[in-house]
Amino acid sequence: MSRQVFAYIIHKDGKADDTAMEFAVAARKLDANAEVTAVVAGTGAALDAVANEVAALYKTVWKIDNAALEYPVADMVRKALVGILPKDAVVLVPHEHFGLDMAPGLSIQLDSPYIADVVDFESLDGGTLNAVRQEYSGMVSTHVACDIEGGAVITVRPGAFQADENAAAGGTVADKSGDVGDLTVGRRYLETVVAEVGDVDITKSEILVSVGRGIEDEDNLEIVHDLAKAMGADVSCSRPIVDAKWLEKSRQVGTSGQTVSPKVYLACGISGSFQHMGGIKGAPFIVAVNKNAKAPIFQVADIGIVADILEFLPELTEAVEEA
Amino acid sequence: MEILVCVKRVPDTSENEIQVNSSGTDIERDDLVYSVNEWDNYAVEEAIQIRDRVGGSVTVMTVGDDESEEVLRREMAMGADNGILLSDDAFENADGRAVASILKAAIDKGKYDLILTGAQADDGAGQVGGMLAAMLDVPYASLVNIIETIDDQKIKVGREIAGGNQEMNEMNLPCVLSIQTGINEPRYVGIRGIRKVASVEIPTMGAGDLGLDADAVAPKVKRLDYFVPDMGEGAEMLEGSTEEIIEKLMELLKAKGGIKS
Ligand SMILES: Cc1cc2nc3c(=O)[nH]c(=O)nc-3n(C[C@H](O)[C@H](O)[C@H](O)COP(=O)(O)OP(=O)(O)OC[C@H]3O[C@@H](n4cnc5c(N)ncnc54)[C@H](O)[C@@H]3O)c2cc1C
Ligand SMILES: Nc1ncnc2c1ncn2[C@@H]1O[C@H](COP(=O)(O)O)[C@@H](O)[C@H]1O
Repeated sequence: MSRQVFAYIIHKDGKADDTAMEFAVAARKLDANAEVTAVVAGTGAALDAVANEVAALYKTVWKIDNAALEYPVADMVRKALVGILPKDAVVLVPHEHFGLDMAPGLSIQLDSPYIADVVDFESLDGGTLNAVRQEYSGMVSTHVACDIEGGAVITVRPGAFQADENAAAGGTVADKSGDVGDLTVGRRYLETVVAEVGDVDITKSEILVSVGRGIEDEDNLEIVHDLAKAMGADVSCSRPIVDAKWLEKSRQVGTSGQTVSPKVYLACGISGSFQHMGGIKGAPFIVAVNKNAKAPIFQVADIGIVADILEFLPELTEAVEEA
Repeated sequence: MEILVCVKRVPDTSENEIQVNSSGTDIERDDLVYSVNEWDNYAVEEAIQIRDRVGGSVTVMTVGDDESEEVLRREMAMGADNGILLSDDAFENADGRAVASILKAAIDKGKYDLILTGAQADDGAGQVGGMLAAMLDVPYASLVNIIETIDDQKIKVGREIAGGNQEMNEMNLPCVLSIQTGINEPRYVGIRGIRKVASVEIPTMGAGDLGLDADAVAPKVKRLDYFVPDMGEGAEMLEGSTEEIIEKLMELLKAKGGIKS
């Protein structure tokens, strides 16, 4: 029998996440001969809409409809999956806030190896998978080997695989809801608290001067504000600046912050982690200033400048003011 | 509340440039500065604050070599009451799952109401907390940035999800939580604090003490090499004197609409 690969599809407001398209490609790259099944969990009309949307991409879709999954708490979804997945399933889950919550425990309950945050599949030799990961916030990469004959749980980085826009599977939806059983767990969802709105809406900004940990000290933020003022830009930032409470959360760019789509993004002292870059959409012109020539941000920026921002930014401000 | 925090000693990425060694078998480890994993400091701070509010104790635990003792001492200087070092030659190549198995074996020897880990460590896997919870068969929540104690049966936690929103949950105790940065402001540890705990005895447990055989800690995921990712196109690097760079940059910014006047 061919290998069974399952793509767990996350969704919101009745729409599948972008990873639905990406995982169709990722699963093929993992094993071109695999039997690939998408799995969606939730309830009601919203879930049906997602299942039908995903059936356009996968030959088979497994639907888990349960009133308890109106909000898909990871502990419950995990319990549902353990109830229906074959022991030797290879399961793909997005490496983001839901995947981080659900997937590590799933690997233990399925007694399968766990490969986290994969960015590429290199080869499959017999039952041994060779996958590519990154360590130290993308400063170095590694190949890892793992025997997946008995199954595996693999989290895949969102955006790592290019979606195939022309893919068409004309698949069918199989209802697995009856096989799931009781979903009572020791964790109960209460509510979602929506992020506070700040004084500027950086999602609407055309020019962003964005500052990261390289600024070193709260007092140094002044040079960033000065530059932004001269350029007619807004100030945004990476997460450590918000963690330190130097700027408000509404100015954070990234997967756990805002998604921005400016024309120009000037990244100052930001290393370029995928969680940060994941918040930048619409292919802006990215200029990175970083004192480390090997900073990962230089792989994704259009223009790179190796400089100390504490010296460089004031000089740039002066030049902009004079222009 | 009896709280356990799992901590890891990692190369400090803000102090070091991480580079692949010449044979591609490891990162260059000479002259690396190590510290406590950034996320773990937030976890320890949170544990200390909870203990100070509701009573109990904070224990810090790490799987590592002799040098890992220093991170336990640092966290004890922050205010943790006890430290436990889990160390054995057999643990040397442990992957995330093996680390979780070792921690589980040690946790079974004690009694904890709340177990905290960091959201992720140096290799960015974010796996140990979730695995540990499943092994202990207790509830788990990741990326936690709010903890409110209710009583000795349950707590309320907020998890960070997309867009800066928060998912609020009620959880039964005992449970495992992985802690996200920003949940608090970890306190500063001075030399004097470290000195105060310099001679505190830190118990060590090995594979034998924990009843673990070689099989239980054998890695299932093996790292084959380290390499520098292909830069692809990469950025166009502006070079020359600062004046030249700024002149070029100004031209580009003007062309791309990067300067509003
Ligand atoms: C679940 C999860 C969600 C996350 N969500 C987000 C998110 O939404 N947004 C986000 O930003 N991060 C997010 N992160 C954190 C992310 O992984 C990184 O830790 C973070 O983006 C790093 O921020 P940074 O680049 O400012 O800091 P660092 O990675 O520390 O980089 C600082 C950079 O500044 C450079 N530098 C230092 N001094 C100078 C100087 N004087 N001049 C010039 N350059 C200098 C250094 O070379 C380095 O490259 C998330 C993490 C997790 C686990
Ligand atoms: N060797 C270790 N010893 C103790 N705790 C660890 C160890 N490795 C990882 N952890 C814990 O697990 C968290 C997540 O690490 P990881 O799963 O490796 O990304 C860390 O923040 C620690 O709390």
